[in-house]
Amino acid sequence: MSEILTIDNLWKSYDSEQVLCGISMSLKKGETKVLVGPSGSGKSTLLRCVNRLTAPDGGLVKLAGVEVGEGNVNEIRRRIGFVFQDFNLFLHLTAIENVYVAPVKIKRESKPVARRKAMALLDRVGLADKADAYPAQLSGGQQQRVSIARALSMEPEVMLFDEPTSALDPELTQEVVKVMSDLADDGMTMLVVSHEMGFARDAADEVLFMEKGVIVECGPPEKIFGRPDNVRTKAFLRLISEA
Amino acid sequence: MPFLLGGVPIALLIWVVAMSVGIVFGLALAWMRVYGGKIPYWFATGYVEFFRGTPVIVQMFFIYFGLPSLGISFSPFVAATIAIALDTSAYQAEYFRGSIQAVSKGQLIAARAQGMTALQAFMNIVLPQALRLVLPQWSNEAIIELKFTSIAYTIGVAEITERAYKVGYETYEFFAIFLWAAVIYMVLTTVVSEALWLLEKRLAIPGLGVNVGRPEG
Repeated sequence: MSEILTIDNLWKSYDSEQVLCGISMSLKKGETKVLVGPSGSGKSTLLRCVNRLTAPDGGLVKLAGVEVGEGNVNEIRRRIGFVFQDFNLFLHLTAIENVYVAPVKIKRESKPVARRKAMALLDRVGLADKADAYPAQLSGGQQQRVSIARALSMEPEVMLFDEPTSALDPELTQEVVKVMSDLADDGMTMLVVSHEMGFARDAADEVLFMEKGVIVECGPPEKIFGRPDNVRTKAFLRLISEA
Repeated sequence: MPFLLGGVPIALLIWVVAMSVGIVFGLALAWMRVYGGKIPYWFATGYVEFFRGTPVIVQMFFIYFGLPSLGISFSPFVAATIAIALDTSAYQAEYFRGSIQAVSKGQLIAARAQGMTALQAFMNIVLPQALRLVLPQWSNEAIIELKFTSIAYTIGVAEITERAYKVGYETYEFFAIFLWAAVIYMVLTTVVSEALWLLEKRLAIPGLGVNVGRPEG
């Protein structure tokens, strides 16, 4: 399998604080990797550096062999779906409009075609019946599922999830996790920042433990969650499994 | 009475042109203040402060009486329209700025993350919401400026107030004539404010209610 996303020696600091210290990792087509780690460890910054919502200080990111830079950033972002912690749905648009606005405005797809595809995506996340509802009329879990459908609308090659369930009540978390698991099963390439152990166990090919801007340990979920080598990984996992 | 009503189209024309120019200039100035670099920011800020800090009647006199000494002269109607347009631009700029900033930043980031350019994100995501949010303040501004058209009488534009003044002098029926003028303004402003209120209700985003500044989540 070919590498679709390559992150090579990525550095980023805010003011004097070093957030990413030479991160390297890669994703092959169809792989799902889950990033765990304490808050402030740089996980979200890493995701944002991938599609350049944050510009890294050094290192490079490649999507399917093409280096991501200022010049091609919009082009690259169209090929990477991004799901935010707090959904960030467009509040003046209905669920289905949220899903098709990008294909219509960016790819100049005709509205009927885009609408039909958007409906299929909403159906995929189990929200076909909410197509005409506005974000403010949806629960948090529903909003996040719409935002996943929105991220899929540009037919991305990679999906990035930035703590997609952290803003949700536990009972709403499951409906989002299910959608994500289905997506991983369908062969989507995914990089997920999440502390959902259940999701990581079921769907992840690899779990990476990050702390203070470096990847401390990585391996298959059963190893990281079962018998991690690193003492800090152990301590952190004990903490989140108690929570 | 018909003579007074003859001033209505003139007042309305000044108002419509001035408000339309105000929307375009106001949006451009607001854009400069929110997204522009240092120079556009300072230009827009200077503009807003200058026009908010000086009486519109002084601005109009400057344009009508002052500019001809530079060889630039306008008819009274045009001078009044320009003055009111420039003045309302400054106020509208501030209202637009507030409403643009009230649209949560996360939505802009989400739009950019999908690959929209800054302009696409602004036009498709921020602006439609900002225009809804600005409506209550904008309505207020529209009504204030409608009444402000009356200052055009001072340079002899035959709008409502000017005509009332003239008739009053000819007939000495000041009481009746200015009462009528007041009624005409009242009717105009009521129609405008009701129409904008209906528009506001029509455009309200379901689930957010009318006049909700910044929703949660």
